[in-house]
Amino acid sequence: MEKLRRAMMFVPGNNPGMLQNAGIYKADTVIFDVEDSVLISEKDAARQLVHNVIKTVKYPCEVAVRINHITTPYGKEDLAVILPAKPDLIRLPKAETAEEIKIIDEIISEAEEKNGFAHGSIKMMAAIETAKGLMKAYEICSASPRMVALALGAEDFLADLKTTRSSHGSELFGARSQIILAARAAGVQAIDTVFTNVNDEEAFIAETTRIKEMGFDGKSVINPRQIKMLYKIFAPTEKEIDLAERVLAAYEEAKAKNSGVIALNGKMIDVPVVTRAERVIGYARALGLRKGGSTND
Amino acid sequence: MTIVGTGQAGTLESSDILVTVSPAESGSGIILQLTSPVIKQFGRHIEEFITNLAREQGLSDVTIHANDRGALDCTIEARVLTAIARSKVKAV
Repeated sequence: MEKLRRAMMFVPGNNPGMLQNAGIYKADTVIFDVEDSVLISEKDAARQLVHNVIKTVKYPCEVAVRINHITTPYGKEDLAVILPAKPDLIRLPKAETAEEIKIIDEIISEAEEKNGFAHGSIKMMAAIETAKGLMKAYEICSASPRMVALALGAEDFLADLKTTRSSHGSELFGARSQIILAARAAGVQAIDTVFTNVNDEEAFIAETTRIKEMGFDGKSVINPRQIKMLYKIFAPTEKEIDLAERVLAAYEEAKAKNSGVIALNGKMIDVPVVTRAERVIGYARALGLRKGGSTND
Repeated sequence: MTIVGTGQAGTLESSDILVTVSPAESGSGIILQLTSPVIKQFGRHIEEFITNLAREQGLSDVTIHANDRGALDCTIEARVLTAIARSKVKAV
């Protein structure tokens, strides 16, 4: 079962208090940011702090770091300082080409070898923030086996499109659709952009409901208050959980009998139905609605 | 190793520590001036921690001002290392 990434919470990388408390909000992933939320004059301090915090604090969730773009004067230094602390995931901003993904993949491979980490243990995700990046989305998420997710970064993307964000989100519909298609074609997760007006809960709920219906696996968040609302929207209903359990039981029965045919109540079940059932149970376990290890353990 | 520039890192926000390192006279060793709201409980530990860090970095004659606001060791270490690195950047 794949790891849940419903809520990926950004945490400013040069704020010790926020970094050390980041694990208490039950986000599936915390993203320590050394890019946009850190002043240029503080990049050195932030990457050293993030390194130390990752090595010291035991987080109950996945730990990611958003580095600066590899073509800036800071990107490679971010990787040099942060990779030895072994984050679970590196998030890349403004991804535009498969080549840049391959370059970072190589840097991570070298760091894993040098520090004695298992090869492939540090994952990658990329954010699409330009029209050029969107045109290359499938190639970007297929460029490395480390890639686990593709995200949308709306603010920069809309600036590139020469428009602004609305409450109805029609300006992002095309990008979201293409990101979902590219991610699914490449077999990685799709993560929606942040919703920056933390006081407008109604609009946040409407947007999150919309992106869940589109097929997104999760959303980037900037405020812990958004996490609970997001989980509620992503929570399966009791009926969905019950059906998923029966599908998985039928699947296990078919496996035990070495049968290639999975049937429930006389109806054939396709493999995608099993995959969807696993996802539903993963959500249910993560929310404590069913017993068993969460996929985030 | 003797530094010739001044380097500073950190803030005065809660859970952080503002560290300033600057050169001291030859032969004066590591001079630490610590301010902290938890100085009675953890002052000795913080002083030893910072002094050992400076020593490990090869510093000999240096003045360190540390204004602590309840930082964990991992934060103290990060700020001290950054302040030292910045002092070297400024060194001629």
